[in-house]
Amino acid sequence: MHKDNVFKYLTINSVYLWLILFSICPLTLVVICSFLQHTPDQLFVWKFTLANYKTLLTPIYLKVFWRSLQLAFWVTVLCLIIGYPFAYFLTQLPSKIKGLMALFVIIPFWTSSLLRSYAIITIIQAHGLLNTFLIKIGVIDQPLQLLYTNTAVIIGLVYNLLPFVVLPLFSNMEKLDRRLIDAARDLGANGPTTFLRIILPLTKSGIYSAIMLTFLPAMTLFYIPDLLGGAKSLLLGNVIQTQFLSAENWPLGSALSLTLTVVMSLLLWFYFRSTPRSEREAL
Amino acid sequence: MNKYIRSSYLVLCYAFLYVPLFVLITYSFFQAPPQTGFTMQWYQTLWQDPNLLVVAGNSLLVAVVASTLATVFGTLAAVVLRRYRFLGRQVLSNALFSLIIFPDLVLGISLLLWLHLLHFPLGFFTLAIGHITLCLPFVTIMINSRLLDLDSSLFEAGRDLGASEWTILRRIILPLLLPAIIGAWLMCFTLSMDDVIISFFLTGPSFNVLPLYIYSLVRLGVTPEINALCSIIFFVTLILILIAQWRVRIE
Amino acid sequence: MNDNIIEIRHVSKSFGGQQVLFDISLTIQRGEFLTLLGPSGCGKTTLLRLLSGFEKPESGEIFIDGKNMAQVPANQRHVNTVFQSYALFPHMTVLENVAFGLRCQKIPTEEIIPRVMNILATVRLEKFADRKPESLSGGQQQRVAIARALVNRPLVLLLDEPMSALDYRLRKNMQIELKALQRKLGITFICVTHDQEEALAMSDRVAIMEHGEVMQVGTPREVYEEPSNITVAEFVGEANFLKTKILEASAESLHVEIEGKALRLTNRRHITQDQKVVTLVRPEDLKVWSINEVTNTEIITMYQATVEEVVYKGSTVDLIVRLNSGTKLLASEFFDEDDENLEYKIGETVWVEWYPGWEVVLPELPEELQE
Repeated sequence: MHKDNVFKYLTINSVYLWLILFSICPLTLVVICSFLQHTPDQLFVWKFTLANYKTLLTPIYLKVFWRSLQLAFWVTVLCLIIGYPFAYFLTQLPSKIKGLMALFVIIPFWTSSLLRSYAIITIIQAHGLLNTFLIKIGVIDQPLQLLYTNTAVIIGLVYNLLPFVVLPLFSNMEKLDRRLIDAARDLGANGPTTFLRIILPLTKSGIYSAIMLTFLPAMTLFYIPDLLGGAKSLLLGNVIQTQFLSAENWPLGSALSLTLTVVMSLLLWFYFRSTPRSEREAL
Repeated sequence: MNKYIRSSYLVLCYAFLYVPLFVLITYSFFQAPPQTGFTMQWYQTLWQDPNLLVVAGNSLLVAVVASTLATVFGTLAAVVLRRYRFLGRQVLSNALFSLIIFPDLVLGISLLLWLHLLHFPLGFFTLAIGHITLCLPFVTIMINSRLLDLDSSLFEAGRDLGASEWTILRRIILPLLLPAIIGAWLMCFTLSMDDVIISFFLTGPSFNVLPLYIYSLVRLGVTPEINALCSIIFFVTLILILIAQWRVRIE
Repeated sequence: MNDNIIEIRHVSKSFGGQQVLFDISLTIQRGEFLTLLGPSGCGKTTLLRLLSGFEKPESGEIFIDGKNMAQVPANQRHVNTVFQSYALFPHMTVLENVAFGLRCQKIPTEEIIPRVMNILATVRLEKFADRKPESLSGGQQQRVAIARALVNRPLVLLLDEPMSALDYRLRKNMQIELKALQRKLGITFICVTHDQEEALAMSDRVAIMEHGEVMQVGTPREVYEEPSNITVAEFVGEANFLKTKILEASAESLHVEIEGKALRLTNRRHITQDQKVVTLVRPEDLKVWSINEVTNTEIITMYQATVEEVVYKGSTVDLIVRLNSGTKLLASEFFDEDDENLEYKIGETVWVEWYPGWEVVLPELPEELQE
């Protein structure tokens, strides 16, 4: 009896301790740091200021936010447009090959995104496969300058994040009772009606999970614009990284990170509100 | 007709996912233009790169330490969350859940700030702490979903037959969770091996790791050596995934 | 030595503000087979979990073998459970499963093996010792679960809906087997079920529960033939209720009007003049006669009725008949060598009577407890 309690509280408290030491304390520090002053020779000084937040409200940074949100939005939409039918068709495969095909989505999901971003470079560079192919079939006669453009960044992000859309949607759709679709058909619903009234509402929680897993990374994967080019301040993530590692303005970097955390909290709040407890497993 | 559209759509999607990887692997076996033909020379060059072996060793060390500790902690946390009612249980469960989607970037910089304040020199320990914190919620969620599949009367049966909590953990819960635990460990291992963002902030020049090394190479442009290196990493990851999937399938 | 192995005294329990057990008191005798019978949600499983120690009572006390169980956790009670899902450890063989409890008690291995093989022989599974549970049939899995519990020589064996995962025929066999096993071992069995037929077949005594209360405790025969109220009567077996008005009640006799006919009955249940009552007659106690079979229609327990439905059941024919007063009754007629005339037609007029003295006059439930 006594020994049982020791085991229980030791485990609970060590997990708590870890989270407090390495999640809550650091985060609190970010909050505090965002209100501290910055001097050129020191990372931060312990003096209260609102200057960092004032900087955030200047047009330059507002533009960064706006562009970053826009980009994240379009990447998420593109991923969903490509990934939703992908996941749906995947569930309709005969069960024999379904597991194998799902594995082929899991493999890129697990593979280093740095590696996959690099693979994209090899495809879209001036003498890469894409240009060679397009010239050969006669669509273009000059190689397209794709690399180091914003398009390359979008391609890179979609390529990286697509498995994060397909997998939660797939596992959500797998749980969908096929008989409901049959029942809708039986009751006279046509294809689009079945989709809009039955399939879409029932896979809602999968869509929410997918949005959660793409929207934030699309704002923070700073090395993708770094490698694939385009405007270097394209993502909020790049700006934060610069503030911390090159500009060494930690207070401003903290204030920027905090806004990112606010975006995350809004997404989470929305997710927890709209998804019943039992369906959160899909994530 | 319908079926035809479906299949071609799937083929296109898989092509999108795999052609870049496939091209990369193929290039790694080709001689540099103007010569053509099969070669292993890029792999040999890699083998002779002393820096590469050091950073690979560093990465491996961090990955093994971080994934082992994260798996132990995360598994215990999942078991405790499932088995016991205690103060703040819901808070803990929601916190772990939220940490999954918590941006790596913010995790990295917040730990950088905190460890800087505590005067931790950047290197192995700071990076390990970062990776454990990164992996912990993934392990908990993975183990938890497996625990939910298990009939809770199994634990009660153990209790009923006179087992202590420790015996139930050792003789019933852990053996049943073993495939999930192996899967979680492998997932952490790849997360740690592949991580760029947290490594960016939490390691110093004295302790370079593989992803950062590749990153610095890639920024200089596409070379056959990087193709070869990426191919090796891809195949190692592939093997790990297959092991993880195979363990799950056995269940 | 006390003959009560378990004493439950004024136990109450609620989950999340909803009370599931109301002031339960029950004593269980050493060596008896007691069944807790009731519909799902009546609190029977909760009561069982209180005995095994998985739940704690909010108020009241539980004594097992004379000892108060308030501070004794589940793993230290001399009580073992056969779980509804059997809860066999899937990663262990049958032998390891059965040996688990003994290992926990740190009994030396050389003693464990013979004990395990012995109990496996008792449930006829000694050949399956090295198999994994998943390779066994449902019935075999159940016997492993029973063996795993019994090998610890518990004071009491608790069985939570033990038959629910078995098909009909196997369930019938296992009922007989379980009863035989209990008689042989002399261990107290407490079984939870919602199947009244099962409860009647196996038990020495049945406790009928409803809405978190014990309605009646008695031998199968008592609860069937002398139910203490309408709920019990409805839950155990099929029941017909006849509209009844008390004309006059004395200590010995009742003068009542049943479905419009005045009758004189003995007052076995101390019914008083102002009580509202109904009369219970079991379907098999009803006798149906064709109109031409009856010559003396003056018999006062004879009611004229119309056949509404005929259901052929193999060994019986069930008739649904409507009395002239409008009440519907179910009558089970056994095929009888002497009486081949069971060919009733729908719409046919018949006479209905019951064996005098087999009726039970029951107090009607207060309005709020009725459906």
